[in-house]
Amino acid sequence: MAHQEGVSADAGDSERVSLMNDPKARGLVFQALLIIAVIYLVYSGVTNAIDNLARAGIASGFGFFGERAGFDIGQSFIPYTNDSTYLRAFFVGLLNTMVVAIIGIFFATMIGFIVGLARLSKNYLVQKFATVYVETLRNIPLLLQLLFWYKAVLSILPSPRAGGLEPGVEVVFNLNNRGLYMPRIVPEGGAQLILYAFIVAVVGWILIGRWAKKRQMATGQQFPVFLTGLGLVIFLPLIAFLVTGMPLSLEYASLQGFNMVGGWVIQPEFMALLLGLSLYTASFIAEIVRAGILAVSHGQSEAAFALGLRPNLTSRLVVVPQAMRVIIPPLTSQYLNLTKNSSLAVAIGYPDLVSIFGGTVLNQTGQAVEVISITMLVYLTLSLLTSAFMNWFNSSVALVER
Amino acid sequence: MDYNTKTIAYVRTQESPRMAPPVATGGVVGWLKENLFATPRDTILTIVTFLFLLWIVPPIIDWAFISAVWTGEGREACIAPGTGACWAFVEAKFGQFIYGRYPIDERWRVNLSGLLLIAGLVPIAIPSVPYKRENALYLLVVFPVLAFILLTGQLGLEPVETALWGGLLVTLVVAIVGIVVSFPLGILLALGRRSEMPIVKMFSVIFIEFWRGVPLITVLFMSSVMLPLFLPDGVTFDKLLRALIGVALFSSAYMAEVIRGGLQAIPKGQYEAANAMALTFWQGTRLVIMPQALKLVIPGIVNTFIGLFKDTSLVLIIGLFDLLGIVQQNMNDQNWISPATPATGFVFAAFVFFIFCFSMSRYSAYMERRLDTGHKR
Repeated sequence: MAHQEGVSADAGDSERVSLMNDPKARGLVFQALLIIAVIYLVYSGVTNAIDNLARAGIASGFGFFGERAGFDIGQSFIPYTNDSTYLRAFFVGLLNTMVVAIIGIFFATMIGFIVGLARLSKNYLVQKFATVYVETLRNIPLLLQLLFWYKAVLSILPSPRAGGLEPGVEVVFNLNNRGLYMPRIVPEGGAQLILYAFIVAVVGWILIGRWAKKRQMATGQQFPVFLTGLGLVIFLPLIAFLVTGMPLSLEYASLQGFNMVGGWVIQPEFMALLLGLSLYTASFIAEIVRAGILAVSHGQSEAAFALGLRPNLTSRLVVVPQAMRVIIPPLTSQYLNLTKNSSLAVAIGYPDLVSIFGGTVLNQTGQAVEVISITMLVYLTLSLLTSAFMNWFNSSVALVER
Repeated sequence: MDYNTKTIAYVRTQESPRMAPPVATGGVVGWLKENLFATPRDTILTIVTFLFLLWIVPPIIDWAFISAVWTGEGREACIAPGTGACWAFVEAKFGQFIYGRYPIDERWRVNLSGLLLIAGLVPIAIPSVPYKRENALYLLVVFPVLAFILLTGQLGLEPVETALWGGLLVTLVVAIVGIVVSFPLGILLALGRRSEMPIVKMFSVIFIEFWRGVPLITVLFMSSVMLPLFLPDGVTFDKLLRALIGVALFSSAYMAEVIRGGLQAIPKGQYEAANAMALTFWQGTRLVIMPQALKLVIPGIVNTFIGLFKDTSLVLIIGLFDLLGIVQQNMNDQNWISPATPATGFVFAAFVFFIFCFSMSRYSAYMERRLDTGHKR
């Protein structure tokens, strides 16, 4: 009887088993303890912080956002002077971070895909070169690479004057220790039309692509979408440019006294950061691409060949779409890493979020808790947003199983 | 047909001369044709790559060897224009790059700690050496205590404050402490994330996702600037310890995800078998699940360690002098400042980091091949 009771009902069980050994009760106790511990930690931390801040005479709260910042920022995509508020400085930093992250992601992806494919090449020289690239850059800390580009390559370039520039003479391209100088495109009246023409061309490309796909599905006839689209994108703005009487002019940089004037300059900090981030991340992306392509089984390309597809079409229609499913999840985390790594800008003085906010603003206001929490929160948001977007993208290419 | 009467027209009595193999597949030419000039596209690629290498390799060799300065007492040796690497700088500062400002008379303690570490690492890295459990215990518990006593100077040894530590010593201390602390924390967090207790699970998820979502640099800022504010008045940590706390929390989140991957790879039957044997949760985890899961994720753990090892260089931003930090500091030494010095220093540091990371990644690849039981297709 006793045996039967023990096996049968749960209710009878919990009466017999002591409370100590009941998993449910133990779970509750354990979780309660955890909550108490966390609450205690937070409570003691907060009270200590309040005490410490009061003793040091540091204000708390977010009032400092409205105050005058009083420092200059080297690169800004929105109007900013040292009279602007801390809030504006925050946005300048955020924007700088996002700009370098987005451009970095673009270049890292391009280089990564090329190198990844090169590692699979049958060409001995190309393959070995790609392997050396990946193994070298992957195994050296990013910070070291950034410092190398900044301090050992770009900073020891000659100054504009020592580099042989004549005062007052305009140059098209020039790389010196002030940065990379390029001509700036100055729009005049009617220049918007070119932009509109470009937008129309891009929309046209997409529409033609849809139409061509529909037609191919219905009739099997193909249409050279890529060439047509490329033609549209090049010639439509060009026609607009000519029709409106060439409303763009180029402004060249020149040396005036000791400084460069005019032109469009890419600062050395930005260049070093971009170089470091894209080359470093590209080495990881290359490995991801390689693994992704290797993950597509050989039978797939053989099947495609058996159907009579040529090698180019085979990789475009059969191998790449399947490889993308393997590639995208780790690629996402590389994009996130690149975004987070852009915070290393602080080491070379590029005014990104951490350098402006965690550096200068923190030193000026002393409000460590607020400033660092905000900085962390921004990165956390960026991370969650990126992964949400990439999850959506991933689900759109994921294998649909019945 | 009558075969017998027919005379055979021709019988070869001598071996015909052997023909040469087709030119295209044998020897150097064949290799070249197959690997470099198989198609017109390959030929173009080969030529472009070759020209690129021709453009980039000779200057590097010239810089690193031919016009490099190997000996010298100061910046005068390396100041001449067109000088390559200033290896004399590395030679002069080598002790600092390894030990930082650790007192010269006490450097044997660092060396001894290094030996103790190697004595633990080598046997655990070779799969056929027995006593893995004891070995792991030595590395995770005994060695840290011994190294702590030796390096900081307890038990009658002369105390050396951490402000004097630097160079490769700090790099290794940060990386090893990070991994040793993050290992148990990571196991707990991974178990917590798979737990059925909602609050434990939520806590683990938030903890892991938070640390994985923020850059290490903000974590270091937090632990060096914000952490002291949360401590009671009078309690102070030294700078290195604060960085260590940040690094350990940060890496335990990554470690947790690696270990979770291993836990997920264990078939459900193993958990059920452990339950059927009437093992408690902790017994089952310790005796059945973890040994299998951890073995599966050795490559992942090594990769995390490589990442952590590279990330230790970030501590220079909060003013600690790890290998990169001390190299950078010495570049500004008045006695050695020259256009060639920064590149030389960085290349040296890069070389050291490369040696460590590359050998670890080779090891991880080796373990991956070894652990690959062939179930994967």
